[in-house]
Amino acid sequence: MILPLFWAFATLSLLAIGGANAVLPEMHRLLVEVHGWMDDATFGQLFALAQAAPGPNILAASVMGWNIAGPAGLAAATLGMLLPASVLAWCVAGLTARLAKSPWLKPAQFGLVPVAVGLIAASGVIMAEAAGNGWLPWVVIAASAAFVWRTAFSPLWVLAAGGVLGFVFL
Amino acid sequence: MRLRELFLGYAKIGLLGFGGVAVIARHVIVEERRWLSERDYAEVLGLGQVLPGPNVGNAAIMIGRRFRGLAGALAATAGLYAAPLCILVSLAAFYDAFGQDPHVAPVMRGIAAAAAGMVIGMALKMGTKLKPPVELIGVGLLALLAGAWLRLPLPVIVLGLGPLGIWLSLRRARAA
Repeated sequence: MILPLFWAFATLSLLAIGGANAVLPEMHRLLVEVHGWMDDATFGQLFALAQAAPGPNILAASVMGWNIAGPAGLAAATLGMLLPASVLAWCVAGLTARLAKSPWLKPAQFGLVPVAVGLIAASGVIMAEAAGNGWLPWVVIAASAAFVWRTAFSPLWVLAAGGVLGFVFL
Repeated sequence: MRLRELFLGYAKIGLLGFGGVAVIARHVIVEERRWLSERDYAEVLGLGQVLPGPNVGNAAIMIGRRFRGLAGALAATAGLYAAPLCILVSLAAFYDAFGQDPHVAPVMRGIAAAAAGMVIGMALKMGTKLKPPVELIGVGLLALLAGAWLRLPLPVIVLGLGPLGIWLSLRRARAA
């Protein structure tokens, strides 16, 4: 059980271009449909929980491992999800260090920046569509975007304010 | 940079990263601790985005390695994941009681709205501070369009627009 679990998440790790959300459909297919390790509802709840809790969303894999096989499952899923991608990132970092003197490295790397920023904006828009039911959430979304864009204060202030406004008005 | 600083900086990012860690990671690394400039961080994040795995996690490996080699990469990664992992497991343990509390849902809705705005604000901030040339702004808008409206799979967007961005950026560097 533990080894197949590790391999399932290691495969997902290398498919996860763009992060956890990119492999959500494949994760669902593997865990629910192929292996039958959990049902549909549990999968959805655990993913929502990982989104709500602090930390990288990729940790959804860890709670799913925990749910499937306890502490050993947690370890297998977390290592499976992090190890292959981390080794790859390590090697690429080494490559960029070796090419640091090359005049085309920086421009080439800068060419990837708009893709990253555009995809960050896209995930913000998708989150906003999901969260924006009613006028108050849209006010919070707009105010929060302006705050983070125009000030250098910690983004935690808007999260706290959003939580308080939600508690009082929603 | 000491290993301790790397670990603690990333532990802060992990612990305070509600609704995704991207926004708080940039805030801590660029604005608060000034480990990297806006442009340096954007370049690391760009690479982290096209590689498989979480972009902030990949960036942690690369930044840790840049400052302190293997020990740095391990310290940054451990800092990023350790505390949230503990919190998540404890939450999962009593999720049923927690998730159904009627006071929790509206708070979570408010936080979700704020988190969405935060992510949009961060993209606007990086875009305006980095002042990319017009053709790269075009690539960024295409990525936004493909991700948010067309809902294309991320690997397709990255593999399609990544080479385009690199080509345009190299072309401009050669012309300069």
